[in-house]
Amino acid sequence: MSTPIIEVTGLSKNFKEFKAVDDISFSVPKGEIYAFLGPNGAGKSTTIKMLTTLLRPTKGSVRVVGVDVLRHPSEARRLFSVMFQEPSLDDELTAYENLEFHGILYGVPSALRRKRIDELLEMVELSKRRDHMVKGFSGGMKRRLEIARGLLHHPRILFLDEPTVGLDPQTRNHLWEYVHVLNKSESITVFFTTHYLDEVDQHANLVSIIDHGVIIADGTVDSIKKETHTDTMEDAYLSLTGKMIREEGSDTSNRSRIMRAFGK
Amino acid sequence: MFTQELNAIYILWLRQIKRYYRARSRVIGSFAQPLLFLFALGYGLGPVYAQAGKGNYIDFLVPGIISMSIIFSGMFSGLAVIWDRQFGFLRETLVAPVSRFSIMLGRTLGGATIAFGQGVFIFIVSLFIGFHVQNWILVIPAFIMMFLIAILFTALGTGMASRLEDIQGFQFIMNFLLMPLFFLSGALFPLTNIPTVLMYIVAFNPLSYGVDALRALLVGTTQFGIGVDFAVVTSVAIVFMVLGAYLFSTIEA
Ligand SMILES: Nc1ncnc2c1ncn2[C@@H]1O[C@H](COP(=O)(O)OP(=O)(O)OP(=O)(O)O)[C@@H](O)[C@H]1O
Ligand SMILES: [Mg+2]
Repeated sequence: MSTPIIEVTGLSKNFKEFKAVDDISFSVPKGEIYAFLGPNGAGKSTTIKMLTTLLRPTKGSVRVVGVDVLRHPSEARRLFSVMFQEPSLDDELTAYENLEFHGILYGVPSALRRKRIDELLEMVELSKRRDHMVKGFSGGMKRRLEIARGLLHHPRILFLDEPTVGLDPQTRNHLWEYVHVLNKSESITVFFTTHYLDEVDQHANLVSIIDHGVIIADGTVDSIKKETHTDTMEDAYLSLTGKMIREEGSDTSNRSRIMRAFGK
Repeated sequence: MFTQELNAIYILWLRQIKRYYRARSRVIGSFAQPLLFLFALGYGLGPVYAQAGKGNYIDFLVPGIISMSIIFSGMFSGLAVIWDRQFGFLRETLVAPVSRFSIMLGRTLGGATIAFGQGVFIFIVSLFIGFHVQNWILVIPAFIMMFLIAILFTALGTGMASRLEDIQGFQFIMNFLLMPLFFLSGALFPLTNIPTVLMYIVAFNPLSYGVDALRALLVGTTQFGIGVDFAVVTSVAIVFMVLGAYLFSTIEA
């Protein structure tokens, strides 16, 4: 097997004494669609931020396409694109200007940029709103614009942090179609998180599950289902993480606590 | 690679400009304060100043008010990093495939351009209320000095905002850093017969040299000498730029 495109070794992140991510290691082979799952507050977004140079790890190392992300952040940033969980649009620019800004900043040549912007605005059904200020958009429309922006340039790796949250089924399907096309035709590796586990069954091949900052399972979708004697990722996930709701105290040093069990 | 960095600088510059002229209330607000100072102080203190045998107060005051509009606007643009962080947009620029130095440079040039434009506007208005330019050729170096002051304060704001989490920090800096720097720069009144302690503060305040340079070029009076003024303002601007870029490059989001 060739060397993995993402290599994470002993990665930890502490916020004060609280261990948000605790010594995790995994690797993602090139060309995969990789799902990174876990309950609220498990450490998924924190991990993605460390992989994409936004957060400095407390310990550990990250390599993307062989580049040490900690040592050569600028070089690493050329290799990936990220869609964050929280909004990151400029409200005082129009939809088109947000995309244009991104295209120029990310070095997409102008002819290609215009073509892709039209295409993507069409895909997320915002063509009619292209010259409207983003501050007048609904939550779902903002999310759709963010999707379009994230797909505007085609790097080696695409990080998607809960990309489909708040999207209508049409847009969700369009997004996944588009992602598959990129994955096939340009062999872009996709690393995503989601709470909609049917998406994992349908779209992912490899999975890892993180809970309380620790990876508790990883492997192919099929192998995880087999080990847990389940038929869907949803059942497999529940049997691994338990049917508890996590309460999050963002500033406490406590681990996520079990709030209540709703039983069978 | 290099053109990529230039494009990044350009698009960040453009974004600052677009956001500025689209926010009407911000545009009006940013002119209101210096104009108020110009008219209120110019007409209010002018007679007193003349009686004290110091000459034309408008001529003394205008370089100070030009500086004022530049430093407040520049600082504000620099500190806007805080807003971008809170609205999430900062992240979009922080993971871009260009150096963070270029990102910071683009933002800073954008903010400095706006601040400079405001200074020019105040300059033009002042011509209508009796400000006398002693030599029109020297307006060119005066404009260069205005741009340097704009860079210095925008970079300062950006650097500090990189270490601030919230809006409270913004108020604190405006009230406890910028206001004193402004009042102790000789912008509004001559700082010649003042206590030694204050004299030292004035000497360590880069704005003193900026104001002095504008006075030297536009009115023809100087305290430190135009060479010293340019040397100080240019070197402090470079230091703040480098320091600001470093602080900006270490932002986590
Ligand atoms: N900047 C921060 N300061 C302090 N604690 C933080 C910070 N960012 C995250 N945390 C904490 O770290 C833990 C992991 O957060 P993270 O956002 O990575 O979770 P997640 O797996 O993405 O959850 P979700 O599914 O809700 O998005 C949480 O307990 C969170 O409160
Ligand atoms: Mg998250």
